[in-house]
Amino acid sequence: MTRRPDGADRVDASTWFHQEWERLLRGGHGMAVHPGILSRLVSRTAALLHRAQHEEPFRPELAGQVGAQLVDAHFTDPAVLSRAVELLQLGPDTDGRGPALSGAFAAGWAEALRERTLREQEAIRLAADTARREVEKALRESENKFRALFESAAIGIGIGDTDGNIISVNRALGEIFGTGSTDMTGRRVDELVHPEDTPGVWEAYEDLIAGRTEYFQFDKPYYRQDGEVVWTHLTVSLIRDDEGVPLYQVAMLEDITDRYRLQERLRHQATHDPLTGLPNRVAFFERLEKLFEEPEPGARFGLCYVDLDGFKVVNDSLGHDTGDQLLAAVGQRLETALTPLGHLVARLGGDEFVVLLEDCRGEQEAVAAAKTVLAALARPVQVGDHSLAVGASVGVLERRVATTTPGAAVRAADLTLYRAKEAGRGRWTLFDPKENARAVSRYAVSVRMPAALDRGEFFIDYQPLCSLADGSLVAVEALVRWRHPQLGVLGPDEFIGVAEETGLIMPLGRWVLEQACSQATEWVREFGDRAPQINVNLAVRQARNAGLVTDVERILRKTGLPPGKLQLEITESTVVGPEDEALKALHGVRDLGVSLAVDDFGTGWSNLAYLRDLPVSCLKIAGSFVGDLHDPAKDAHTGWRIVSGLVSLAHTLGLTVTAEGVESGADAERLRQMGCDWAQGWYFGRPVRPDEISRRIAEERRQAEEQAQKHA
Amino acid sequence: MQQANWVPAGTDLEQPNAARVYDYYLGGSHNFEVDREMARKAIAFWPELPAIMRSNRAFLRRAVQHLAEQGITRFLDIGSGIPTFGPVHEVARAVHSESRVVYVDHDPIAVAHSRLLLKDDPQSVVVEADLRHVDDLLSRPEVAALLADGEPVALLLVSVLHFIVEEDDPYALVRQLRDALPPGSALVICHASLEGRPDQAGAHQDLYKRTPTPMTMRNREAISRFLEGFELLEPGLVYLPEWRPEDPESVGPHPERMTGLAAVGLLP
Repeated sequence: MTRRPDGADRVDASTWFHQEWERLLRGGHGMAVHPGILSRLVSRTAALLHRAQHEEPFRPELAGQVGAQLVDAHFTDPAVLSRAVELLQLGPDTDGRGPALSGAFAAGWAEALRERTLREQEAIRLAADTARREVEKALRESENKFRALFESAAIGIGIGDTDGNIISVNRALGEIFGTGSTDMTGRRVDELVHPEDTPGVWEAYEDLIAGRTEYFQFDKPYYRQDGEVVWTHLTVSLIRDDEGVPLYQVAMLEDITDRYRLQERLRHQATHDPLTGLPNRVAFFERLEKLFEEPEPGARFGLCYVDLDGFKVVNDSLGHDTGDQLLAAVGQRLETALTPLGHLVARLGGDEFVVLLEDCRGEQEAVAAAKTVLAALARPVQVGDHSLAVGASVGVLERRVATTTPGAAVRAADLTLYRAKEAGRGRWTLFDPKENARAVSRYAVSVRMPAALDRGEFFIDYQPLCSLADGSLVAVEALVRWRHPQLGVLGPDEFIGVAEETGLIMPLGRWVLEQACSQATEWVREFGDRAPQINVNLAVRQARNAGLVTDVERILRKTGLPPGKLQLEITESTVVGPEDEALKALHGVRDLGVSLAVDDFGTGWSNLAYLRDLPVSCLKIAGSFVGDLHDPAKDAHTGWRIVSGLVSLAHTLGLTVTAEGVESGADAERLRQMGCDWAQGWYFGRPVRPDEISRRIAEERRQAEEQAQKHA
Repeated sequence: MQQANWVPAGTDLEQPNAARVYDYYLGGSHNFEVDREMARKAIAFWPELPAIMRSNRAFLRRAVQHLAEQGITRFLDIGSGIPTFGPVHEVARAVHSESRVVYVDHDPIAVAHSRLLLKDDPQSVVVEADLRHVDDLLSRPEVAALLADGEPVALLLVSVLHFIVEEDDPYALVRQLRDALPPGSALVICHASLEGRPDQAGAHQDLYKRTPTPMTMRNREAISRFLEGFELLEPGLVYLPEWRPEDPESVGPHPERMTGLAAVGLLP
């Protein structure tokens, strides 16, 4: 309602004004105001306006105060001003005060609004400035954090532009390159090539700086300032600006030289014979099997199976050292004579060597290789003061690849060799299928191991495994022996191979497990908690046998040995891949509560990746690692780092570590310091009869009791 | 990865900001030209917006007042913006002078401004945190302290959930907040709705698309899902003016034009 009622009397006009005033304030913004506060505002402002309209003397500034109060109460909508001016013009005044009142109200409202607006603008500016300062401070702190992170990171970090100029590197990177961090800046990334760079690394780099990829990872070698090679695990990432334009490349380098060398060493060890440096049995079979994978039609190959004549005599009469030196010299001669012809010379073990002829052109070539072998060994070998005349016998096999298998070929060559030996030494014999068949049966008869088992010719010795922390005996390894009627006592390495080939390993392995478990149970009965864990070797064939779990379960039940006291030792070659069926059996054994250890670790392994997936709890580091520490030809410092690397590798995988072949107190102490858990070797005790072990435990128990009494 | 503690959100004054645009709707001057420009465009499309915002503010006041009268003295106002007119602590203190309020916003300028306003008030604190990172928000000492003693807390999510897009899973965020509330706590919710004025909703959402806080209007069913686990106070989930009006006239003939839906729920 805009117009006040005409002709109304003064009281009506006042009432009308008050109603309209209240209606004005209750609408719009007033709806958001608390009703009590609003009522107070209405009555306070209405009272002021009433005085302005009617009081003498006339004080228009009262209307100005009302205008200011409305703005203070957040009535800033211009519609309020407009309506208020209108109402005041029409107001119930007596003497034409309307225009002056509305003018004063408008001035008061405008003045207050101006002040309020300026105040609020200042407040929001201040808030914006404060917020911006906070952000800048946070950015600065973040920058400092980054800088500290960059500088003190253990990993080498370098930043370069997309043209390939190095802008900044941290201290760790400087250390990796053997330079100060400033020497690297200004150099170019593409100067850092190395001949052993993985193919594709520089293509990946080009893709990255061109913005085609976001990051790449490689293992990459670099030359240090001093010319040495450092191997790194390199990750390079691309940094883009807000629009996505490539700005920087950030390279992170982790020094993996030790790990790389360890891997190289493990790979080399796995494929090379430590004595002669020749490829070993594993490497030989790998090469041979590769030949059979995808042979060219009509492809041929040759094998010369070489066995030294009279080696055993040298070994027995002049000692192992002389025997070893003789073998090393023989290996050297064979390699010198045959490798230039393009043939592979490998040592299969003992005094057996083999020459592999790939792409053989015929029997003549294989025979020529055999003659070269004999000629190479014709001159005596000088070992120390001894001039040793060693001859050799050679079994020669030359076949089409397609007609045979690697296993059959090697067996045939071996049997051919056997015939050469029988025919008198120092000669070569060519494979003959008929002779071969005859020899197979003779050979099998001569072995007769099954009978040996029935006749009770096998027995078991036990070798202590001791805790490095306090030297106490914690476990014993069962080692089977064969008391051969003609040859005397044979160690496992002399007949286990044959047992595996003939299948006798199955009954023999079962027998050993039964014997060892029942012996271990006796110790548990006698010594309780002090009884040692029993370690029993598990042959590859046993692990692959479906009945393994049942066997172990039956033997544990029969002997009553707590499963936790039994540990089976497997070799690295037991499981050759993640799909290997042996894995299932091993898991089954583990589920019985029996633990598993990897024996001779580092000698046969070529893929560390499988280790993770094996259900093993212990690694036994092969004796050759500790043995090599005392080889004057080898760098002991590197040797220790390798051992230490193996220990930490095992611990990373959550495995306990036993060092084999520990022969001195100093080595034991050093191994203890690097955190190795257990040790085995002559220093801790040779393989002995079980009652010797019993005596030793009893002695330890007596000492411990004395100790306890002293403290009591 | 969460970045809440790394570097705060930008203070870009070249982009309109929801808190300052809201202040302009309410007749305030805590805003910059870029905010006013957007607000003017929005009002040109939809002249009732200032009235809707007032209605929203009035609902907040009534809800806080009601909960204070029920004995709640702790308030957690998430998405508090620039609380110049009728801020929660003033409304609550009119009932209980010792009421504690924690204001939370992710806009550094709104936070800086709130801190200026509240610098002499020991019972009110302002926390810069993001509703989308509830873990971080709840771990702030001021927020944790408010929730620690088992006293009921009124959680205010007033006109903030429509700034959370579906990809950030607003329901999970609210559930997580609910799980952190002591028994007897309350949830005050007010959410821009597609209902009431479906003709306006699309264009309005488009305007917010170029702000750092795009708007997602939701329907009644979607909004009521935020209240799962709470017992709704009368009159339930309603248009803003319909929630416990002080006098029936203030509801007006077309409450659906005040398109926000509002409710208060109690946690058993």
